[in-house]
Amino acid sequence: MVYCSGGALEVVKNPMALKENHSWTPQHIRNVYRQAESGGVLLTGMGCNLPYPVLWDNILIDACQVTNPSIDPLREPMELRTYLGKKPCKLELEKDKSGKTKLKQKLSKQIKLEVPFIFAPMSYGAVSLNAHRAMLIAARELGTVMNTGEGGLHEDFYKIFKDHLIVQCASGRFGVQEDYLNAGVAVEIKIGQGAKPGIGGHLPGEKVSQEVSATRMIPMGSDAISPAPQHDIYSIEDLKQLIYAIKEATDYKPVSVKIAAVHNVAAIASGIARAGADIIYLDGLRGGTGAAPTMIRDNMGIPIELAVAAVDDRLRAEGIRHEASIIAAGGIRNSADVAKAIALGADAVAIGTAALVAMGCHVCGSCHTGNCSWGITTQRPELTRRLDPEVFGERVANLLKGWAHELQEILGALGVNAIESLRGSRERLRGVGLDAQTLDILGIKPAGK
Amino acid sequence: MTKIDAKGTYYRTLNQHIRELVKKGENEFELFNVNGQRYIGDGIRGDVKIIINGIPGNDLGAFMNGPTITVNANAQDAVGNTMGDGKIIIKGHAGDVLAYGMRGGKIFIKKDVGYRVGIHMKGFMDKNPVLVCGGTAGDFFGEYMAGGILILLGLNQNGENNGPIAGDYLGTGMHGGTIYVRGEVNEERIGKEVGLKKLDDDDKKILETHVKEFCDDLDIDINKVFDKEFIKLYPVSSRPYGNMYAY
Repeated sequence: MVYCSGGALEVVKNPMALKENHSWTPQHIRNVYRQAESGGVLLTGMGCNLPYPVLWDNILIDACQVTNPSIDPLREPMELRTYLGKKPCKLELEKDKSGKTKLKQKLSKQIKLEVPFIFAPMSYGAVSLNAHRAMLIAARELGTVMNTGEGGLHEDFYKIFKDHLIVQCASGRFGVQEDYLNAGVAVEIKIGQGAKPGIGGHLPGEKVSQEVSATRMIPMGSDAISPAPQHDIYSIEDLKQLIYAIKEATDYKPVSVKIAAVHNVAAIASGIARAGADIIYLDGLRGGTGAAPTMIRDNMGIPIELAVAAVDDRLRAEGIRHEASIIAAGGIRNSADVAKAIALGADAVAIGTAALVAMGCHVCGSCHTGNCSWGITTQRPELTRRLDPEVFGERVANLLKGWAHELQEILGALGVNAIESLRGSRERLRGVGLDAQTLDILGIKPAGK
Repeated sequence: MTKIDAKGTYYRTLNQHIRELVKKGENEFELFNVNGQRYIGDGIRGDVKIIINGIPGNDLGAFMNGPTITVNANAQDAVGNTMGDGKIIIKGHAGDVLAYGMRGGKIFIKKDVGYRVGIHMKGFMDKNPVLVCGGTAGDFFGEYMAGGILILLGLNQNGENNGPIAGDYLGTGMHGGTIYVRGEVNEERIGKEVGLKKLDDDDKKILETHVKEFCDDLDIDINKVFDKEFIKLYPVSSRPYGNMYAY
């Protein structure tokens, strides 16, 4: 309702705008116009923006009052350090010659993070080289890792950032050259992503510039197609075979497997843990993308909140929770979401959209056009030069520093001084406005109980 | 030259042994009694030669960059998976999903191959992978090909093998690279992204170079190969799905 109090102006709704309709929204009407015109598949970018419930906003965190005191993070050290990888089922100790107690067994290689957040995989091609560099700079500063995504690693980054990198091996096997598998601290096999569960990737020829072409090893201007599924992975045994092929090639580095959160994600995660993966990366319904069919992005997959709870429960019930670390991704917007995800069972979270927003992204969802005015999801040089990696790398680092401090405050309020104490601690969460079944799946009580 | 008896040896032990010797500078190996050990040659780089007596397991030469592997028997699945460079010679049949994402080097198979061979092979500048199969192939040969050369000879077709030279969906999703097939191809069985052509002079030179090397390595009479005409399969577009989307 807009009116002029002086009676000088009359404000009426533009009759050219579409009439309000709860079912046939302007978006739906425009989509039909576009398809009637082209006969094509509707394409979009970023994550699902439909009003499905955001469960993070229905979950509340506990705090200490009187009966067990909180801890002051300004005075006392708060441990945010997180190790990702296979943990032993139990510790075997022995005493060495000097009487010191030592660990008897050899531990699997771990990834050491100073904070429980990593960057989500975003391919070079989908995002610009400057965006990759900005994330690498932030990862190095915070002591965490960035992920190359399925487009390979630009040759500039091989030496300087190798300790802050996870390299991805997706169905297109782009950029998987001689040094690639050994370039980072881990290798990730991409089975799917939350924005487009079950289907492959498609980088339009417009975004395959000369440098993208050299990094991906495909002709310039040709479409970069990542087929679905990975055609050598048709079963859990095939996945195990690829996991060990990669381990054999990299002297047993940790191998991560990334999947979209779908209906039987718990059973799938169990299979992945048993197939030898060291990390299971779950990408929920709200996960972003550079390009995905709109219908798939908006209607396939499940929210990450439910997926994390279900996977954590299933792995614990089967006695294999220690076999793999869980990463939760898909719509993590702030440090409270991070705390809740960890309390639901995740070892760490991954952020994609949040990192891009720190670089200036306005979440307009037009990444697939390759015209990003912020120089993030484009290859056009006149646009990518707007993204100064040093300046924007610092902004992304600032975001993570802010979240790290907030997490320390949250932990202090919870009366714990290490993130490990919050991990899987469902008792510290309560639901508000959630039905009994959802509370049951999340494994949390309703607020008040 | 190191000779290794692989009898009863778990793959991890065998491969670790080979890797340690490679680090110390050994670059010639002959393995005996190989019986299904996986990942032989996986990730190994440089000018290393491995001769295998017995049947190696899956993922032979996966991710490798440079070695030459000769198998004096059949091989299993996933040979040359994402291989970067080097040469693999198989003096028998090979299984499914060979040369997935192969990016350089050569794979020569004397007899038949299974399905999904040469998926998403890619080439760039001077890196051009080549796979030559002396026998027939199953479905999805050259699926999503983005570069490189696939050559299918069907030499055993009128003897032990009466089937077609390739299965269905030949070259489906092709958007780069070239496939040369000896003899005829059933047009109903090829992918819709594929065009058929006669070979021009450049094609003939390329084909001859690779076939000659193949015949030398596998002791095959080259005249038997060129007794039939070849046909060339090429991608109709480098943007086969360009019109699929409504922007």
